[in-house]
Amino acid sequence: MLSSVQNPRLLLRHYRRKPPPLHHHHHTITNSQIQTLQKSLKTHQTTTKELTQQTLNRIQQTEPLLKSFLHISNTLLAQADEIDKKLERNENVGPLAGVLVAVKDNICAKDMACTAGSKILENYRPAYDASVVRKLRECGAIIVGKTNLDEFGMGSTTEGSAYQVTANPWDLECVPGGSSGGSAAAVSARQCVVSLGSDTGGSVRQPASFCGVVGLKPTYGRVSRYGLVAYASSLDVIGCFGTTVADAGILLQAISGHDKHDATSSKREVNDFTSQFIAKEHFNSQPLKGLRVGVISETIRDGVDQEVVSSIRGAISHLEELGSTVTEVSLPSFSLGLPAYYVLASSESSSNLSRYDGVRYGNQIVSDELSSLYGGSRANGFGPEVKRRILMGTYALSAGYYDAYYKRAQQVRTVVQNSFKEALDVYDILISPAAPSAAYKIGEKKNDPLAMYAGDIMTVNVNLAGLPALVLPCGFAENGTSRLPVGFQMIGAAFDEEKLLRVGHIFEQTLLGCSFVPPIIADEFKC
Amino acid sequence: MALTLFRGIQARPLLPCSSAFIARKHVLFCSMQSTQADTTLKTKQQAPSNFTETARAKAVEKVLKDYEAIIGIETHVQLSTITKAFCSCAYSYGSQPNSCVCPVCMGLPGALPVLNSKVIEYAVMLGLALNCKLALSSKFDRKQYFYPDLPKGYQISQFDIPIAANGFIDLDLPLEFGGGHRRFGITRVHMEEDAGKLLHTGTGSYSQVDLNRAGVPLLEIVSEPDMRTGIEAAEYAAELQRVVRYLGVGNGNMQEGSLRCDVNVSIRPIGQLEFGTKVEIKNLNSFSAMSRAIDFEIARQAELYDIGQADEIVQETRLWEEGSQKTVTMRKKEGLADYRYFPEPDLPEVILTEEYVNGIRESLPELPEMKRRRYEEMGLSMQDLLFLANDVNVAHFFDATIAKVPDVKLAANWIMGDIAAYLKNEKLSINEIKLSPQELSELIASIKSGTISGKIGKEILLELMEKGGTVKGLIEEKDLIVDPAEIEKIIDKVIANNPKQLEQYRGGKTKLQGFFAGQVMKESKGKANPGLVNKILVEKLNA
Repeated sequence: MLSSVQNPRLLLRHYRRKPPPLHHHHHTITNSQIQTLQKSLKTHQTTTKELTQQTLNRIQQTEPLLKSFLHISNTLLAQADEIDKKLERNENVGPLAGVLVAVKDNICAKDMACTAGSKILENYRPAYDASVVRKLRECGAIIVGKTNLDEFGMGSTTEGSAYQVTANPWDLECVPGGSSGGSAAAVSARQCVVSLGSDTGGSVRQPASFCGVVGLKPTYGRVSRYGLVAYASSLDVIGCFGTTVADAGILLQAISGHDKHDATSSKREVNDFTSQFIAKEHFNSQPLKGLRVGVISETIRDGVDQEVVSSIRGAISHLEELGSTVTEVSLPSFSLGLPAYYVLASSESSSNLSRYDGVRYGNQIVSDELSSLYGGSRANGFGPEVKRRILMGTYALSAGYYDAYYKRAQQVRTVVQNSFKEALDVYDILISPAAPSAAYKIGEKKNDPLAMYAGDIMTVNVNLAGLPALVLPCGFAENGTSRLPVGFQMIGAAFDEEKLLRVGHIFEQTLLGCSFVPPIIADEFKC
Repeated sequence: MALTLFRGIQARPLLPCSSAFIARKHVLFCSMQSTQADTTLKTKQQAPSNFTETARAKAVEKVLKDYEAIIGIETHVQLSTITKAFCSCAYSYGSQPNSCVCPVCMGLPGALPVLNSKVIEYAVMLGLALNCKLALSSKFDRKQYFYPDLPKGYQISQFDIPIAANGFIDLDLPLEFGGGHRRFGITRVHMEEDAGKLLHTGTGSYSQVDLNRAGVPLLEIVSEPDMRTGIEAAEYAAELQRVVRYLGVGNGNMQEGSLRCDVNVSIRPIGQLEFGTKVEIKNLNSFSAMSRAIDFEIARQAELYDIGQADEIVQETRLWEEGSQKTVTMRKKEGLADYRYFPEPDLPEVILTEEYVNGIRESLPELPEMKRRRYEEMGLSMQDLLFLANDVNVAHFFDATIAKVPDVKLAANWIMGDIAAYLKNEKLSINEIKLSPQELSELIASIKSGTISGKIGKEILLELMEKGGTVKGLIEEKDLIVDPAEIEKIIDKVIANNPKQLEQYRGGKTKLQGFFAGQVMKESKGKANPGLVNKILVEKLNA
């Protein structure tokens, strides 16, 4: 797959030049929008301001239709100007200088409101930057704004936002997926270069699949959660969206690593994920020779859309063409993950959302009595899906039910973790669809929570096991008049994002005949 | 209750004087000498009680002929770590409201706790000091309830696996309560975080929240229900306070709320096997309040038994009212509260290695019980050793004093006599005075050797405590005559001036030695060294 933003000729022309000071990169990364724009900035072919203005124009055109953003910074051009001045003075501007990053609105950035898509946090301004935001700013990135989401990340369509419904750039009548639907749509429609989402049960990967972009869910503990509005602490991870695997990898590189503010962040050293990116010109006809791929057989059977299955089969044969051996592998515990996930995520969320009591911040109702102040503020502030999960979680943790629900679900979690571990001892990566279907119509599952929950079947197990997974577009499903993208998921061993990125990068460079530019911006990006 | 609680990230200044709400009159139980470590050497006030302590004690004694009281205590000890348990805020008591806060302890969205490793260290220290078995692998749990002083809506605590359990504490009851050694069981010790404070306005129209205390580390110590009287309970708490102070893990100050005790009391007719209904008592701001509240509660419950209304004793929380010296109902339990505990997912497990524990074990200081047993072996009386071991600073002072001049009895007498009196008058603690243990031992040595008299010794001591300096320096300053030749000269003169008395002396009236000594001291204006005077005088008189 080729990102249409980049100009291959431009890339070639600069290929033999001195590599840009992007971390420790000793070579140019093919297929990276970030690198391309960095190069053109550093060679003064364009300015940050120009690029930012272009993006702003695109946002102006597309945003009324898409509604990806809950907030857009009004200092973008000024920030771009700052970077241009530094570039003029040949100052060190950082590896993401001038890169426009959109951030899901459950991640704190102190110059913008942070609502988590909830009325209870309407106009709430965080006192601090999330660690990922701080890191991005240190790398020179510009935070475009805050993207729409299902309230507190609880949902799979972004319809659960208290503020607006985001449309899918491929078909405005369809959902972008969720809960990071705003971040996925924004990248898909090139309203930013890359974006951050969060993934508790698939909230990065499923919208990536629905919107035809790359979605990367890192290993639990790889990226600090400090400043991420907690949904389910033991499952939450901040993830990356990009139009290419390379960009998602570069973004991940910038935000990874131990953080003293997050006791669950790993102290494991972060390798240079991007050092293994090989340009198409440099690999032989079978670059994946020796790679053992396991296809989770439970994920391509009943209940999965036929077009999704055929897209996955297409991806499988492509992987085989690239030299890997693909085998079907059964994970009998796969179907157990969904109920266990909903018990655990709801339990943790019922606790994590206790702080929204209207006492210190957020919306508070007027009351002359404490319990009605709590009850009223929460009744007014939370939407129906959030209330449903708080109720489920409260129930599951109650005395007398704890063993039957929470404890049992933890046992299932261990079973799921072990079965993944066993499979990943045999296979380098496991693959599955990212979702059982392509994007569906807005409103289609809104009143059927169980159907929506069932859509998470492909992704939740990975969160239970804490593993990294990469979703990348591999095909299309016909949807009446429109075509909707379909993504497949590659699951790797813990902390082995490197392998997923390397395989994904080779895959996307060699996937011919597919362009994942949505119709809404097709005029601008002629392929 | 109307509530307008502070909102927003910026701390709105609250009432500066939280003490008006929190502080209680510092009431002491006069006869409980050894229970108030920080006050034994300071002020003592008579309990404002309508009936005398002896009358109270007798009343309880009578009750305990027919009933057995079962008392268990939950104690919260605030740890004196530099920063809070899960964030890097420094906390100090009495700071401006909401000045020791950050996103973590305010429970802002997205903030995460990170454990202060000192909390583990202190918990292990106290666990070992209380003879507990340590859990090499424990964890934190969330205890969930809504209250405006609890910013996250849950308290980070330990539920099913406390860091330490199954220990005991040894103590000696004061002699005035009959004395005797006791061993009380410790059920568990666990780590948790403190909540903030609600400040209620005078008019009662709204309340304000001060989150300074939110997130301050606590150790909760749960005793076995081993205590039988108010005195035993108060002594248990006092011993716990001593251990905390000896270890240096907290200041144990009850008035500031750094040591808080909740007591459970039930009684049963002697001989009955099943326990009675237990009642929890809160608001115990001193050991004496504890003792009095428990005795009141025992008497109250016994009276209900006596008149056949034992079923009126219900499971409830009662509040001790200092003014009326009574316990009153605060809230009746509506079944068991469900805190929906579950493992805290934001914090990793707490893993202790044997090496870590052994390292702490080896560095533990001498604890009160060990000290008392050592003093006992030295030959100190129970009265003396209880006094000396009561306050860790006094004990250290005593130990340092006897390190040089091992006259245990003299050192004890000086500390418990003149020094204690001075501290009491000046309202000082022993490490606030200028006198060092080295100088006290020098003083004792000087008196023992006869270099100075006991009377001069007292004078020098006072100066040492007030102004500092050294014994040698003060002797010089006082121009004391310690040169034997000079003393001899004075003696010669006195003998020469009193030939009649000399004759009488030599004639057998040896009592007159005192007369001569007095004359010598008079002649020297009191500055002659009394030891030397007597020694030389005897030689001369008998020559």
